[in-house]
Amino acid sequence: MIPELGQFALVLALTLALALGTLPLIGAAKGNAQWMQLARPAAQGQFVFVAIAYACLTYSFIHNDFSVLYVASNSNSALPLAYRIAAVWGGHEGSLLLWVLMLAGWTFAVTVFSSHLPEDIVARVLGVLGLVSIGFLSFMLFTSNPFDRLLPAAMDGRDLNPLLQDPGMVLHPPMLYMGYVGFSVAFAFAIAALLSGRLDATWARWSRPWTTTAWVFLTIGIALGSWWAYYELGWGGWWFWDPVENASFMPWLMGTALIHSLAVTEKRGSFKSWTILLAIFTFALTLLGAFLVRSGVLTSVHSFATDPKRGIFILIFLVLVIGGSLALFAWRAQRVGLGGRFEVVSRESLLLTNNVLLLVATGSVLLGTLYPLFLDALNLGKISVGPPYFETVFLPLMAPALFLMGVGPVARWKQATLPELALRLKWALGVAVVSALVLPLVMGKWTPLASLGLLLAVWIFASSAATLSARLKQTPGALGAKLRAQSLSYYGMLLAHVGIGVLVVGVTMVKTYEAEKDVKLAFGESVALGGYAFRFDAVNDVKGPNFAAQRGTISVTRNGAPVSTLYPEKRVYNVQKNPMTEAAIDSGLTRDLYVSLGEAVGDNAWIVRVHVKPFVGWIWAGCVLMALGGLLAVFDKRYRVAARVARERAQTAVAGVAS
Amino acid sequence: MKIRKHWILLIFLFYAWGAAQAVHAAQDAALERRVQQLSAELRCLVCQNQSLADSNADLALDLKNQVREQIEQGASDRQVIAFMTERYGDFVLYRPPLKATTLLLWFGPVLLFAGGLIALFMRLRRRAQTLAAPVLSAEERARAAALLGEPATRREPKLP
Repeated sequence: MIPELGQFALVLALTLALALGTLPLIGAAKGNAQWMQLARPAAQGQFVFVAIAYACLTYSFIHNDFSVLYVASNSNSALPLAYRIAAVWGGHEGSLLLWVLMLAGWTFAVTVFSSHLPEDIVARVLGVLGLVSIGFLSFMLFTSNPFDRLLPAAMDGRDLNPLLQDPGMVLHPPMLYMGYVGFSVAFAFAIAALLSGRLDATWARWSRPWTTTAWVFLTIGIALGSWWAYYELGWGGWWFWDPVENASFMPWLMGTALIHSLAVTEKRGSFKSWTILLAIFTFALTLLGAFLVRSGVLTSVHSFATDPKRGIFILIFLVLVIGGSLALFAWRAQRVGLGGRFEVVSRESLLLTNNVLLLVATGSVLLGTLYPLFLDALNLGKISVGPPYFETVFLPLMAPALFLMGVGPVARWKQATLPELALRLKWALGVAVVSALVLPLVMGKWTPLASLGLLLAVWIFASSAATLSARLKQTPGALGAKLRAQSLSYYGMLLAHVGIGVLVVGVTMVKTYEAEKDVKLAFGESVALGGYAFRFDAVNDVKGPNFAAQRGTISVTRNGAPVSTLYPEKRVYNVQKNPMTEAAIDSGLTRDLYVSLGEAVGDNAWIVRVHVKPFVGWIWAGCVLMALGGLLAVFDKRYRVAARVARERAQTAVAGVAS
Repeated sequence: MKIRKHWILLIFLFYAWGAAQAVHAAQDAALERRVQQLSAELRCLVCQNQSLADSNADLALDLKNQVREQIEQGASDRQVIAFMTERYGDFVLYRPPLKATTLLLWFGPVLLFAGGLIALFMRLRRRAQTLAAPVLSAEERARAAALLGEPATRREPKLP
């Protein structure tokens, strides 16, 4: 009964989405206020019904209803409750439902936080979101229904993929989807701007907090995914340039370009059509990501060909969305206007160059991800495009982008001069160069890459300090007042940039100074690595709720003093029998000690993998700082003040009419 | 088919030699580093997108040992790569070889970059030519300011 209710709620949601995707848009085009006003209630109703459907599926999981095919394939009666709830998004159909729930949720949020926007803009934004929603809801209902019944019911479920039974994996998909889906709001604002022909600094100010919020979620989502891969997959890597990772990284790169371009549109009125184009592309990349991950095209082009229904559906959707929006863009963008003028050396130009670099980086990732698929589809041979390719391509693009990141915030809008920039940044440059020469020596080994990485990281820190100090100098008052006078979004920008620097430190240190060993250890034997001694004490049998594990005990000492005791595990889950490696990690500010168990060799010896990873935690700390920076920018008071004033004005207008 | 035969042979050999032999004790740090570097560029063919260096699969361990043996016998990195490609095809290489079918892969980013810079340059030049006056009229400016609830004379904050 409950699954049928869920299914019915989905159908109702689709009906509402159909209304939302058409009537308000027509109303806005014809100036029909009543049709425009349908947008809010339709969007809110849609959210309610999708939420009901989601609750129904969760209910089926909690109550182990194995007559639902999806539950039977992704859960098990022995699965702990928290994972049964998270298992809703453990497979294809459920993660789509989560996706749709978030889309409906973002749409709902737009209805709530849009009281300061003109009615026709609200109608158009919500209408476009309704169109997107039609696509996803019908995709789910026609190709991937999570409520399909399995009759007769299974005795027990096939269990959630053991890789996903982990706190990191519980949080990773919702965050990632919040980011993906958030960019459809940015997209909807862009299309609304094209439809209404109103694309100015005001528009940028409306759309900016939404875009930044989406970017924050995507940043956290990607970071969580990387962190999960690091400790769960058991071989200590944190980024593999896997197509699935690339699918999330491409919208992030493009979204980063978008938030920078939006900044120029808001502050200077320039780059308008460019900003619109970036919003369209970012959204298209999220759809492409969905296509790559969901169609099965990645595992093999041929497996895609055997069951192409889902893939074809997304592909058609993708073509419609991109084709439609680009046609609209070509038709309307000319009216947008160019905005303020600026010189070759100016903050605008620097941001534009940064945009080009980010775009080329996105294009390269796209090329590397799709190339093997195309070659295979054309029968030109099977190749692998892996980390060596992406690193070769990425470094030369990112190094200048990171360098410009230090210059941009210092440069004036409109017109800057090179001597002035040099004057402002000479200390930062000096500090960066000296650190690049000295720090690697302190770490014990000087390599060009380590030096370059540290140069860029310190450059970012020092130039951020330089812009802050220059800005404080121009503000009157005592230091406290000076600090308070700067806007939250300015601090947000600094924090996010520093976050990139922190990330660069982490990546550079790990790449250059990590040490690892794969060794056979008998009980009582030790291995030395990076100044630490790892003694393999024992392996014991442990029982979990739905798995059996062998747990190793490894004591770590440094110069004889105890540092930590680590318990890596080798698990076999009861239902899906493949063995899982649970690494044990001792995290620290300047290094992680990472241990995982390989295979047993004879009765009292194992192959043990030990890593010492300097500064690896900085990689995710950097992401957290970036996300915090974005969050600060979203809470800048200029967005709230504008909203409040508009609301008050609307209320006085109503009161005036009433009296 | 040919590949499968190799695998069966390799796995057979692997078991024949015994697991204990599979992982040599690391004697020479420099040797280990080269093994590590090379095997990070080679794909574990039975894993899902994992390099030899990262994988603990039997085949990966065995191939890693082969890399080690070849290096011990004095093979250069290039020779090891050639040996692996001969047996398993280009698919085993995470760094695709430069050949006719991969030209676009390797030079694509360069083309994109050049194209991006040229487009940027053209665009800015055309912009400088067409741009005469500020595009927002006074009336539009006033409307924007009214919508935002700000005084119309608000200036951009100065530097930086």
